[in-house]
Amino acid sequence: MTSVHDHSSPAGEPTVDVDDPALSQFDLVREGARRDGVEIVHYAPRFPVPGTREERRAERRIATLFVLAGLGSLAFLVIYSVWPFEYQLGAGRDKWFTPLLGVTLALAFFGVGAGIIVWSKRLMPEEIAVQDRHDGASDPAERKLTAATLLSAYEETGLRRRPLLKGALAIGVAPMGLALGAPFIGSLITDPKDDLFHTGFGKGTHLVRHDGTKIRPADLKPGGIETVFPGIPGGATNAHADSPTLLIHLRENEAEKAIANSRKGYEDAHVGNFFAYSKICTHAGCPASLYEQQTNRLLCPCHQSQFDVLDGCRPVFGPATRSLPQLHIALDEEGYFVSQHDYKLAIGPAFWERP
Amino acid sequence: MKRPTIDPGKSAAWTDDRLAVASPVRRLMNKVFPDHWSFLLGEIALYSFVVLLLSGVFLTLFFDPSMQEVVYQGPYTPLYGIPMSRAFESSLEISFEVRGGLIMRQIHHWAALLFMASILVHMFRVFFTGAFRRPRELNWLIGMTLLILGILEGFAGYSLPDDALSGTGLRIMHAIVLSIPVIGTWTAFALFGGEFPGTDIVPRLYIVHVLLVPGLLLALIGAHMGLLVKQKHTQFPGPGRTEDNVVGHRMVPGFAAKAGGFFMIVFAMIAFLGGVFQINPIWLFGPYEAAVVSAGSQPDWYVGFLDGSTRLMPPWEITAFGHTVPALFWPTVVLPGILFTVAMLYPWLEQRYTGDRAHHNLLQRPRDVPDRTALGAMAVGFYVVLFISGGNDIIAEKFDISLNAMTWIGRVGLLVVPPLAYYVAHRLCLGLQQNDRETLVHGVETGIIRRLPNGAFVEVHQPLGPVDDHGHGELGYAGWAVPKKMNRLGALGSSVKGFFVPIEQPTEAPVSPAPSRELTGARGDD
Ligand code: HEM
Ligand code: FES
Repeated sequence: MTSVHDHSSPAGEPTVDVDDPALSQFDLVREGARRDGVEIVHYAPRFPVPGTREERRAERRIATLFVLAGLGSLAFLVIYSVWPFEYQLGAGRDKWFTPLLGVTLALAFFGVGAGIIVWSKRLMPEEIAVQDRHDGASDPAERKLTAATLLSAYEETGLRRRPLLKGALAIGVAPMGLALGAPFIGSLITDPKDDLFHTGFGKGTHLVRHDGTKIRPADLKPGGIETVFPGIPGGATNAHADSPTLLIHLRENEAEKAIANSRKGYEDAHVGNFFAYSKICTHAGCPASLYEQQTNRLLCPCHQSQFDVLDGCRPVFGPATRSLPQLHIALDEEGYFVSQHDYKLAIGPAFWERP
Repeated sequence: MKRPTIDPGKSAAWTDDRLAVASPVRRLMNKVFPDHWSFLLGEIALYSFVVLLLSGVFLTLFFDPSMQEVVYQGPYTPLYGIPMSRAFESSLEISFEVRGGLIMRQIHHWAALLFMASILVHMFRVFFTGAFRRPRELNWLIGMTLLILGILEGFAGYSLPDDALSGTGLRIMHAIVLSIPVIGTWTAFALFGGEFPGTDIVPRLYIVHVLLVPGLLLALIGAHMGLLVKQKHTQFPGPGRTEDNVVGHRMVPGFAAKAGGFFMIVFAMIAFLGGVFQINPIWLFGPYEAAVVSAGSQPDWYVGFLDGSTRLMPPWEITAFGHTVPALFWPTVVLPGILFTVAMLYPWLEQRYTGDRAHHNLLQRPRDVPDRTALGAMAVGFYVVLFISGGNDIIAEKFDISLNAMTWIGRVGLLVVPPLAYYVAHRLCLGLQQNDRETLVHGVETGIIRRLPNGAFVEVHQPLGPVDDHGHGELGYAGWAVPKKMNRLGALGSSVKGFFVPIEQPTEAPVSPAPSRELTGARGDD
């Protein structure tokens, strides 16, 4: 293997006459590198004897990769242009559109990428270059000059000698920053008022299903559970994201337990064996939507808080700290569920202003 | 013969006549890059970011961040007639009606996952090799900021389609903001423009996602690269490598060709993932409705550790004087606040602890700094427990463990695993050091068994350098990878061929700490 070694000329001082016609192109490259503080200490062709079988094999391998890439791109273009892609129900050809695009595109990029890498590793000369670092701080003299320039700029303003101007500058500039910042903050401020303490339920609001239909006791079997919303315009939409409520029909023996566990002020919150609790988890606000009938627990899928329905929806496991608030319910004259009034407690996740 | 229409020499001269760039261009081309597989991690992050920019711009052409309620009438029949936001509808349009839209959405999402993963692993490599030490503290800070911004950008991104999953994520984010003492409620109302969810948050996140954060990311990545060029790469110690030089390939052609090729391969990988593996199938989740959530709702993986900390947190709420500090505050605001602050300050903490304020351009092998490596292992252990706990419901279901048990395993694990990781890593480092030193003294096992005249069998060892009278190697440990196999010494040729192995042949390297002939056969990786 032929390789070029040169440790002779130290970097920095130009020793080569670049106009010397005897210099080869590589001599010039090395001289350029040397002037950049780079020494090419090892430089050797991969195939010192050109045209060996090994070299031709490497060439063929690279060529194959590029051809493969071209085929990939071509296939991509064809599929992209003619393949039916709009969604159809069932197992249609459209389901193959995206995977085929992915595979062909990947092939195209892989071919080019691998081709280039193999090229550089198999055919391009191998080299080791060493570059000097010039690390750390600047030259002390340079530093001194710059420091003097900076200081003098400051002193030219005379701020040091003119405390009045210093004060005036502070008084004048600080409010400007505030003035610029104010619109960005002021426009965003929205008074929370007591919004977090209110939901869509009020005095005599119907409990309705997602489709807006009212519910009677007979609609829900014992052991059943139904998500209900306030029967007001948009009550079941995200405009009232705080209102979803679970209406639970407990079995006789369960209801007895639940009634016996009623908290003060909630003795009349239920209607027979029907109980209504906020569906919004008191931890971080996900809907606590999984009901385990055997254990009478509500499970929140977000962080697995569990609430005991028979004990005022007290949190019995997980990160939630507070019970799901209970909604006082009653029946209207026609026998449909209504709320007696809004939730007495703030529903959902806790916040600073909540007592 | 036809004359070429453009003479490259001429246009180069044209440019140089006006800009005088001959020297800077040459200096750039001659810049030397060291070679090690672990240096590719940062490159993967960079390339995925480019893919994110390209695919993201495509998505903006069709995505409409509007919360206006519409009724779906598109080709995806299962959702036909369902009311939803325009944002969700336009995401469905991208998936089903824009030619190539679905693959772009999926490429964008996969690229985001890869981007975050490579940033994290890149950070580990910088940490464990001590690449953050002076003079590179600034780039460590920038890198950490990129990591945090990346999490933010990803969260904003997957909140945009307004599907059930992103709505749930936003709901939790809202609760997290609410949980901040004193200012929480007002901040939440300011961000959401009123009560949750309102109609402002998605359009606002859109601007955050396509303008503010990408702008910042771009600027910071620019600064990151700028500092890298100015300060030059670190390198692992090895033959001829000193604190005052860089050994490797010049940027053009060697490094550029490899980097360019690698870019294409990363791109190919993302395209393959985006085409073949479905991700975030929002049409299966449906539009966001406050009352609906599916079991197994998972955030993207890079948010998972916060989900885990939230799940493990015991229900400790503080109430006093009519005010509440919710339990949620600690695992989602305080914990990441502490984690990121400590991580950011780590270079200075270590300087204070070791008193080492010197300039460093040579990397350390993790085994040579057992304290740092063990601390890192501890942090990784902590992170992994949180990360696993973020999916504890799925693990509980898959392996039929009770959920409550999983939570308790996580809580205990969080306290037990980090010290254990510290201990194990520390021992491992010492053991590996010992092993290296033994090899330096006794040489490499050759696999050749020789029978001594007295009948005993011994294995022949190949010394790595000159030996003393007892046949013990005289080479000291210099922080280099120590070859342990004969083929590393060139006896049988390279055991691993290819891409991940530095292609330099250190036998030919310039010789400053005068390594012996045998030792220079070692390859600089490990
Ligand atoms: C580090 C950078 C970025 C990350 C981590 C990221 C991440 C994400 C993620 C995870 C999604 C959800 C995709 C889905 O629907 O499955 C998303 C959506 C989106 N991103 Fe990005 N993104 C980044 C940069 C950008 C940029 C630079 C743009 C545009 C200039 C952009 C435009 C979009 C758009 C329009 C969407 C909504 C499309 C849809 O969901 O249908 N992203 N992004
Ligand atoms: S939101 Fe219900 S447990 Fe966290």
